[in-house]
Amino acid sequence: MKKIKYSEITPENIYKNRRKFIKKFGLAAGSVFLSQNLNLSANAAPKKEDLKLTEYRYVTTYNNYYEFGTGKSDPAERSEKFKTKPWEVVIDGEVENPIKLSIEELTKMFPSEERVYKLRCVEGWSMVIPWLGFPLNKILKKAVPTSKGKFVKFTSILDPEQMIGQRFPILDWPYKEGLRIDEAMHDLTILVTGLYGKKLPNQNGSPLRLMVPWKYGFKSSKAIVNIKLVEKMPISSWMKASPNEYGFYSNVNPRVDHPRWSQATERVIGEGIISPRIPTTMFNGYGDEVASLYTGMDLKKYF
Amino acid sequence: MIKYFKLSIFILSIIPFLLITYKIFFNKLGPEPVKEITHFTGEWTLIFICLTLSMSPLKKLTNLNYWVKIRRMLGLFVFFYASLHLFTYVGIDYRFSWQPIFDDIVKKKYIFVGFAAWVLLIPLTITSSQKMMLLLKQNWKKLHKLIYAIAILGSLHFIWLSKTIYFKPLFYFVLITVLLVLRINFKRIFEK
Repeated sequence: MKKIKYSEITPENIYKNRRKFIKKFGLAAGSVFLSQNLNLSANAAPKKEDLKLTEYRYVTTYNNYYEFGTGKSDPAERSEKFKTKPWEVVIDGEVENPIKLSIEELTKMFPSEERVYKLRCVEGWSMVIPWLGFPLNKILKKAVPTSKGKFVKFTSILDPEQMIGQRFPILDWPYKEGLRIDEAMHDLTILVTGLYGKKLPNQNGSPLRLMVPWKYGFKSSKAIVNIKLVEKMPISSWMKASPNEYGFYSNVNPRVDHPRWSQATERVIGEGIISPRIPTTMFNGYGDEVASLYTGMDLKKYF
Repeated sequence: MIKYFKLSIFILSIIPFLLITYKIFFNKLGPEPVKEITHFTGEWTLIFICLTLSMSPLKKLTNLNYWVKIRRMLGLFVFFYASLHLFTYVGIDYRFSWQPIFDDIVKKKYIFVGFAAWVLLIPLTITSSQKMMLLLKQNWKKLHKLIYAIAILGSLHFIWLSKTIYFKPLFYFVLITVLLVLRINFKRIFEK
């Protein structure tokens, strides 16, 4: 497997600043939310250079992708024959230049770069994945959002013939998600076409998925066919399924519990039974870059 | 004869325990082993609850007394697997950090009912012996009706922890409901 230096991915000044933030925050989070038994302190917060990549086999066999079933191994087992070609992506709504691109044109137009991000699932586990992708803002800038484009709505493919999970009303199909325009324009928000230096596996949302590292994993839609600029806040599939459990923002936040799970700690996938939970950090450790987006907002209310 | 029957039921009942022990030691639990152990022991608790509740309906149905003879053992296995389940959560997952555990019990309704079910199992386990049965006389029967409440709490625990409507939690809920309804003496109700 290819070894990746983290310094190659994030500019040094950004990653050093982030370290400071994590240290500061890790200390506060650790002392307030975790008992002394877990003995978590600033030293326990993960250092960027210590972020250990989750093994490829786990990244590609442990997935939440209800279109292929609710079991974690269902997507890997059932998505092998899923057709990702031909595939068209439409960017429309409140834009000056609506765009329609095949996946081939899209990957040619927007070259991918590698980004190592931590993925934190709302269920209380996390992975570290070397994604291949490009900032969503690049494609949005091409489409030129109008002043009415205040939110971005992502719609995934609807294809119950190929996706067995869509034959059951588990969620409001097709899968819908949304971001505020400033979140969508943020440089950390990427559209993903691959991981571990390879084409994106079907179970991870091929051919095109979103990755918003400071939000819970379900915000990062898979198999996207439409990106629509809209004026009003879109209702996501999970918000519709359970409005008091899943909010629009869904920022990773150790201080705001999910009604059924504490979000103070997380399990690291692939670490085995010996290693304990680790503290969850505010905005999944990306607070330095994104905290300013939410200045003055009550994050308990806008969860 | 009954001795061998009991022995074989005992051996069958510890197989899940041996299986999970093997998986732990040979690292066969996949990407999230702690969750795997939690789910495994939790589901076997529910299975043993269903088995325990099936014994008297089976006795009625087949007119054989064998079933009731193994009921106590199955009930003790409910406590055994429920305790392993609780230990996985308290010890392996949360490393005995009592504050978050206590918060969970108070704040999360699925943990509250699950914990309540385990607490209710304690008096049943303590009074499971022949001696206790004789000592408590009529009260023993009344006390052990608690298993009905435990079964309902156990299936609610599973339903409430699920993110969406899953097949499995509903399956156990329906099965437990059926097993409880079978106990209602409809004849008596209609004669009244």
